[in-house]
Parts: sequence; C-alpha cells; structure tokens
Amino acid sequence: MVEFLFQAIAIAVIFLLGCVGEILTEKAGHLNLGIPGIMCVGAAGGILGVVIANNVNGVLSIFCAILFSIIFAAVAGGIYAFLTVSLRCNQNVTGLALTIFGNGFSSVFINNIIKIEGEGGKGALLSEAGNKFFLAHLPFADSLGGFGKIVFGHGFLTYFAIAIAVAAAVVLAFTRIGLNLRAVGESPATADAAGINVTKYKYVFILAGSSIAGLGGLVYVMQYMGGIVGAELAGTVEGIGWLCIALVIFTLWKPALSILGSFIFGALYIFPSFVNVFFPDVTFTFAQLKLFPLIPYVVTIIVLVVTSLMGKKENQGPASLGVSYFREDR
Amino acid sequence: MAHENKREPLFHIVKRMDIKPGAKVGIKVLSIFIGLLIAAIFVVALSPKSNNFFGFFGSMASGVFSTPRRFWKYLLEAALLLGVSIALVPAFKMKFWNLGGNGQILMGCLGTCVVMFYLGGKLPDPILWILMLVAAVAFAGIWAVIPALFKAFFKTNESLFTLMLNYIAAILVGYTISSWYPKGTGSMTPLTNGQLPIINNTPFGKCFLPIVLFVFITTAVALYLKYSKHGYELSVVGESENTARYIGINVKWVTIRTVLFSGILCGLVGFVLSGAINYMMSTNMDSNMGFTGIMVAWLSHFSPIVMVFISLFIAFITKGMSQVNEDFGFTDENLSSVITGIIFFLLIASEFFVSYKIIWRADAQKVVDKIAFPFVWVGKKLSPVFEKIGNFFTGLKLKLTKGGK
Repeated sequence: MVEFLFQAIAIAVIFLLGCVGEILTEKAGHLNLGIPGIMCVGAAGGILGVVIANNVNGVLSIFCAILFSIIFAAVAGGIYAFLTVSLRCNQNVTGLALTIFGNGFSSVFINNIIKIEGEGGKGALLSEAGNKFFLAHLPFADSLGGFGKIVFGHGFLTYFAIAIAVAAAVVLAFTRIGLNLRAVGESPATADAAGINVTKYKYVFILAGSSIAGLGGLVYVMQYMGGIVGAELAGTVEGIGWLCIALVIFTLWKPALSILGSFIFGALYIFPSFVNVFFPDVTFTFAQLKLFPLIPYVVTIIVLVVTSLMGKKENQGPASLGVSYFREDR
Repeated sequence: MAHENKREPLFHIVKRMDIKPGAKVGIKVLSIFIGLLIAAIFVVALSPKSNNFFGFFGSMASGVFSTPRRFWKYLLEAALLLGVSIALVPAFKMKFWNLGGNGQILMGCLGTCVVMFYLGGKLPDPILWILMLVAAVAFAGIWAVIPALFKAFFKTNESLFTLMLNYIAAILVGYTISSWYPKGTGSMTPLTNGQLPIINNTPFGKCFLPIVLFVFITTAVALYLKYSKHGYELSVVGESENTARYIGINVKWVTIRTVLFSGILCGLVGFVLSGAINYMMSTNMDSNMGFTGIMVAWLSHFSPIVMVFISLFIAFITKGMSQVNEDFGFTDENLSSVITGIIFFLLIASEFFVSYKIIWRADAQKVVDKIAFPFVWVGKKLSPVFEKIGNFFTGLKLKLTKGGK
C-alpha cells in the first residue's frame, strides 16, 4: 500500500505539471492540443541537459535538465503561439500538428542524436543521473517509515512541481496579472478595450504553460523512469499528455484542485501494476492484465460526461476558449 | 498627450475580401517549398551519414518511384489516407471534432479479425467477407456513435471523448490478441481464411482493388455532401445550430447520423487494412492516420479534389522518408512524422496569408519591397501556371455544381 501511494504520487507529478501548463494556456483562451507533443519535446530537452551536465554533480544535472527542458518546450510552445496568436490559425489543428511533430521529434532526437544504446550510447549515463540525482530524496525520509516515504521520499522535482501549481493558483486567483489573464481568456475584446495587451498575455502564458508541461516530460523520463529511456517513451508521454488535457476539465480549471486531481489520476494510472497487491487471491491471465490500463481512460470519459451533465456556469472553461482574436472582427 | 509621440505601428493586418485562385495556389506552393527546404536542412544537418542536400529529394523520390512495388504501396498509402480524411469530413463539416479516427479504424480492424479468427474455415469465404464487413462497420460505428450520443444529448466534449476511445480501442485490440495467443509476444500471425480477393500476386494486383474502393468512396461521399439533403442539413448544423433548429432540422438526429456515418467509413479503412492488406491486426495498425486525416481534411477545406492531392503529397513524404532514413543513416522511423509535422506547420501558417493581408507602414513597405523583390519576380514568372492550376480547381467546383442541375 505504501508502495502504491508512493508510485501514485510519483506519476501524479507528471499529470500535475501537464495539467497546470494546460490550465495556464487555456486561461489565455487557447486550447492547446499540442501539450502531449510539448511534453515529449520537454523530455527530449531534459535528456539533452543531463547529457550536457555529464553527471558532474547533482545540482548542475538537475539545473541543466530543467533549463533545456524548458527551452525545448518553450520553442515548441512558441511555434504554437505564433501560429495561433499572430497568424490566427485554427487551434485544434495546430495543436494536433504539434503533437505529431513533437512525438516524432523526441523519438528521433533521443534515438538518433543522443544515442541511448550501442557505441557511445548514453543509457548508462542517464540511468545513473536518474538514480543518483533525480531520485535523491531527503535523508530523514527513510527513518520515518511508510509516511516518511510517501511524503518526503520523492525527488526534488516533485516538490518543485507542487510549488509551481501553488504559485499558479495564487497568480490566477489573487494578482492583477491573473485577473487580466482571466479577462483575456473570457473576452479578449473587452480586455483589449480595457487596455490590456492581449497578444502579450497570450504569448507569455502559452509559453509559460508549455514550459511547465515540458517539465512534465522531464519528470517522466528522469524521475519516474529513473533515467531509463525505453522505446515506448514518446507514446507513453503522449498518452499521459491527453489525460492531462482531460484532467483540466476534471479540475475545473483550478491549479490548486489539480494537485488532488492529478493524485487521483496518478493512482488510477498506476493501478494496473498493483492489481496483484489489491486482489492477492485472484489470479489474472496475461490477457486480462492487459485490460486494466483501460481504467484511467474510462474514468476520464465518465468525468467528461458527469461534468457536462452538471453544466454549472462557474465550472465551465474560459468563454472564448479556442477562438482566435482579431481586433478588427465585429 | 502621450500617444502623439507614438509612431504609426510597423504594420497592421486586414482581412482579405477575396483572393485570386492563382495567388492561393502560389501561397500553398511557396509554403510547401519552404517546408521541404526546412525538412531537408533538418535532415542533412542531423544526418550522421550523408550531407548531400539535393540527395534528400532524390532519396524521397526513389523511395516512392524506384520500383513498381514501392509505387503501388505509395498509391495504396495515399488511398488509405484519402479514405480516412473523407471519412472524417462529414463530422468535421458539422464542427464535430472527431479525433477518434485512430480508434474507429482499430475497431474496424478488430471487427474484421474477430470474424476471420472465429468463423474462418467454417464458412465459405464470400459469406465471411460479408460478415467481416458487417462486423467492421458495426464495431467502428458503435465507437463513433457513443460520443455522438453524449454530444447530442448532454453536450459532452467530443474531442477528448473520442481521444480516450482511441486508447480504449488500442487496449481492446491488445487484449484480444493476447487472449488468442496467450503465449505469444502480443503480435499476431496473418490469418489465412477470409482474405479479401486480390487480382494477382503482383504489387499492382494486391493494391489495386483497395485503391479503387477508396476512390469510389471519396466520390460517393463528395456527392453525398454536395447533393443530398443530409449533406445540406449537416452543413447548416455546422454553420449555426440555431439556424438549423429554426428551419426544422433535428440537430440531435443529424449529429448522431453524421458521426455514425463518419465512423462507419473509418471502419471501412480498418476492414481493408485487416482484411485485404495485413490479414491481421496490431495495436498501432492505424499508423496515426486518424490525426493525419484531420490535418488533410482541414487543409483541403473539405474539397475532395484538393484532398486527393494533399493525400498524395503526405503519402509521398511518409513513403519517401523510409528511403531517406536509410540513405541518411537514421534508424528511427518517426523521422517521417517530424517532416510531416514541419510541412503541416507551414501549410497551416499559409492559411493566414490566404485570409489576411499585412499592410506595412509606408517606410517599412520600401524595405519589404526590396527584400521580397526576388520572390515577387519568381511569382510573376510563375503566375500564369498558378493561375491555370487555380482556375482548374475553381472550374472543377463550378462544373460539379452545374452538373447536378
């Protein structure tokens, strides 16, 4: 059970970062379906950072990983922002193109540019960094038993992610910037008339959201997987990315709620690996075990249906979500 | 006052009222050209093996045209992509974001394979074919109609719903394969009973019938959208639900019917993939065509003729890249999605220049003119060609309209 909660939190961090990133983007009025692709690209950037830092020491490794992860994700987010804000292209289509691109790019980048296996492969370097630096936790965690492991036993990025989510919640709810951002997402024309620089806000928060989501990719590969890069990397991150976008609806566009929401999704996502722990008396066949990964997707669908049934005004997304803003439109 | 010191902004953007067909073609050609250029630079810069810039294009062409086998495989790929794109159009035109093409294709594969696996050898092949078709269409139709029902009655977000169904379909396919081959590696061996007929055992004979099928389906759907009452109704629903309700269209019924139709067509792609090409299924048999199909449908503005050309072009990249992979020393087949992604970005960006115009400040205009001079010159030289192509497309549209009356 301790292990289950520990793993659930470990994967929840990825959901949390992806979800907070998407919330910021959606608050600016942009539905970014490119988040899965951006997370893949962020993972690729993080790997590059770790390789550059070359395991000299932990702080440098984590710093470089975060830096490059953010740069890569921001460039990908920048493409999206330029196409949808400046060129006013369709957001769904641009997002899908970004996901196709990001998934392919991270795969090619990791397998062909930074080689993982074979001659000059970086696999050993990455898994060492993952184990030594990214999974390093507070020394007293182990002495506190199960509770200590669950609460204090995670790598640095976990607490960093929670800090980001809290910061995002505070900015959105209590600051002028947050108020302006929400105005831009609800009605850009009104915001524009009130003297808010709509384009600037959209760019800044799409880039910020993309960077945060990109860190989600980094957390997946370096912390959750402990630096072990598998062939399934891009596919798995993409799957998590779609769940992150659904999570935004589940958490009603509130970063603080997304901490809880991502924990629930993390638990659901990890559940298939713990079937034998929960049902020790039942033996499942190989095929039946393959059915359990359905759970997070089915739950997401139920969540979508339930939220649409409730249909409360204050629980809806920003009013002009998905609509490009052109000042001269009437 | 403060703003008196401010200069006029560097440029401002206005909506174009209309655009010449020639200019439209010119913009598209330019964006594809730039996209291929960026792709070539990307590949050459990162290639560990070769730095032959022009070799990139040669490689791509040889990946598609060098042998009859490759050429027919290429046409088949284009036809499948066309089939998916045209399948998505009816729902798309109704502003129903069906991102579940992948899942619907997989369910089509599943339906086909279930019939082949359980009934193969027990029934004569022609009956099997009919049952395979029915199962494929039913499975994919159910997969499409579920989100449609929720959308129609509860306004549930259809894009995320269909996305989740993609993953569920893939898991179901994986589960089915593992339960059929409990000791296997999760992959399937081709089934021998119920294979759809081929003309002969050459590349041409294997690929020809599916290609004809999808060309036929595309034509039929194009006519359905243009001339049938259904096609008219769904386009009204897409433009404005209130208008549709006002003129007495049953919006819920139209939504469900159209998405069901869309899913059935995706199921047909799965039917062909499993029944006529691979004789088996796998969890990634859709090759992400559901997503690519959306891009193709959107970029062609739902015009089936443009769709044919874009499908041919995207399939050219996908098939060409496998040769590029080999020639430039890449081992990752995902290189093709990087390149298609780049091309998509450029094509999406080009939409801006079709519908908007940038008006520069007077002094900036002079600089812009100087920079743009070579492009404008080339553009002017080529403009008769573009105009002919543009007129060809508009002419086709007119002819189609007249032909119906």
